Amino acid sequence: MNESLISLEQINTWFPNNKSLLGKPRSWIKAVSDVSLNIIEGECLGLVGESGCGKSTLGRAILRLAPLSSGEIRFMGDDIGKLDNKWLKPYRAKMQMVFQDPKASLNPKMTIFKILSEALALNLRVEKENYLEQSVKLLDLVDLRPEHIYRYPHEFSGGQQQRICIARALATDPKFIVFDEATSALDVSVQAQVISLMRELQDKFNLTYLFISHDLSIMEYVCTRVAVMYAGQIIEVQDAGSLFDAPRHPYTKALKNAVPIADPESGKELGILKGEVPKLSDPPTGCHFHPRCNYKEDICSKKSPLVCKTGENSWVRCHFHEKLWKQGILINSKESL
Amino acid sequence: MKDNPMAVQTDSYDIMAQKVIQEHRKVKWFQLRRLLKRRAAFLSLIILVLALAAAVFAPWIAPYPEQGQGAVNLEHRLQPPSSNYVLGTDVYGRDMLSRVIWGGRISLFGGACIVFFAAFIGVPLGLWAGYNEGISGAVISRIVELFLSFPSTLIAMAISILIGAGWFTAIIALIIPWWPWYTRLVQGEVLSIKQMLYVEAAQMLGYGKLYIIFRHLLPNIMTPVMVMILLDLGPAIIAIGLLSFIGLGTQPPMADWGLMVWEGAPNILSEWWISIVPGCAMFMVVIAFNIFGDALKDILDSNG
Repeated sequence: MNESLISLEQINTWFPNNKSLLGKPRSWIKAVSDVSLNIIEGECLGLVGESGCGKSTLGRAILRLAPLSSGEIRFMGDDIGKLDNKWLKPYRAKMQMVFQDPKASLNPKMTIFKILSEALALNLRVEKENYLEQSVKLLDLVDLRPEHIYRYPHEFSGGQQQRICIARALATDPKFIVFDEATSALDVSVQAQVISLMRELQDKFNLTYLFISHDLSIMEYVCTRVAVMYAGQIIEVQDAGSLFDAPRHPYTKALKNAVPIADPESGKELGILKGEVPKLSDPPTGCHFHPRCNYKEDICSKKSPLVCKTGENSWVRCHFHEKLWKQGILINSKESL
Repeated sequence: MKDNPMAVQTDSYDIMAQKVIQEHRKVKWFQLRRLLKRRAAFLSLIILVLALAAAVFAPWIAPYPEQGQGAVNLEHRLQPPSSNYVLGTDVYGRDMLSRVIWGGRISLFGGACIVFFAAFIGVPLGLWAGYNEGISGAVISRIVELFLSFPSTLIAMAISILIGAGWFTAIIALIIPWWPWYTRLVQGEVLSIKQMLYVEAAQMLGYGKLYIIFRHLLPNIMTPVMVMILLDLGPAIIAIGLLSFIGLGTQPPMADWGLMVWEGAPNILSEWWISIVPGCAMFMVVIAFNIFGDALKDILDSNG
């Protein structure tokens, strides 16, 4: 259980911005900067953060869909960070992704059978003659009927489409699946279906998930650990159970406070963060969060905080996490940030 | 079935497949019926089918096939429409009906050649240029812009003067300024389609550029390309007629609608039918292509 399936060492993904006439970038958008993270075999790691903080890019970078500027990605011990497409092929089968918009992730001109066959081609254990049989099995796994294989994607509902996407991801016999906001395009009842399906499949095939979302309530329900991302950096990793009850980082607290409570009489005001999300092309110096932080001191704008372990598989990046923890400010305080 | 998926018999797949294919066929039929329910589209289709049939079966349909091909018949010069010559005769005494039918052969075939070859060249280049934003894509885009910055008829005229007037050279001269329009259309479509997640999903499965271009992009851009081909047939027929009209296209004694209009121009006030008949033929076919193309576009658009 404690083997790490994927470990990221200081990975950076920068996109060129504002190219000059000759195509040389004048500046970079630092979508992911200096992220180090372990994903443990069999867990479901959540990744939360505001829109535009680089969570999807991080997910894509792990699967080598987004360019990797520097750093190491170790998948079952092998560094896949520098492999080109040809050498990546055997790893592609082991890592799959399910996207946010199920409708856009299925080619409208292909039948479900063709879509699944395309993925099955990567699965060396399945012979070509058995594609039909295997497709039916896959559809059964995601609760769709065999006769659906000859249909086109537009003949399905959003939830069914997402389940087809999950079936496609399973077709290659993967060990690791990234769910990139996979439930946010679906309505609530369908969300629940897809999520329980995800958990069922995780147990059945011993899968490891990276679950990217901004829905904290789903996070708490699905994930074993949660990583919090802010402006391209991961600032806190903790067990899902304790993360929002006992956050170590002021930003995590702020995220939790921003969730509306479904009780008009609770009288609690929403703790909305002041200031704006920093531009990824020009992130603040030192700790990226300091311009919006209530507990900032001089050092915050000068030095980038180091990773401090707070438990076996959890850590935080904040200069004052110990002080805040001892004072208990983040745990029970009612004041809004 | 739920308990044991392997209990499904393999031969029942064929029946299943048949059922679904039949259903899909029904949907296609329904679309076609919707298309034909529009009176204008239906009429256009009839005109197009008749024109095409006349062109294909010209040797059997035309009353005077030899005159259609250019044989002179000087005793019956400039005759008005009569029972012998339904649409009259021209300066050389040739039956106008036969001439229009044979001319239709050249004009329709020429127009189709232009459009199909333009698409044949333009679509692959557009796919490549849209999918690759590197140097090769940029080079293709600049060439396209170069062509599009001049009026296409001007380029065609210049080219046919350079390589010599004639029916075949006129078609080549028109293909050259015509393909960049397809490249640009396809490039634009690809730029939006390649953002679609299914392209990313295919990349994630490790598929290469060419596979993605032909299996994922091409099928999804075919609808606008087909519509553009249909809508371009009219302008292509006009363009080839224009080149013939100014003497750079089809040469006498061959018949071509544009050339026939020019041949009748000196006598337009007295013997009007010589220009009006081929002009009307061209007008009808071009309008029919446009209306049918528009209707098809509407139907395809509404189906998403």
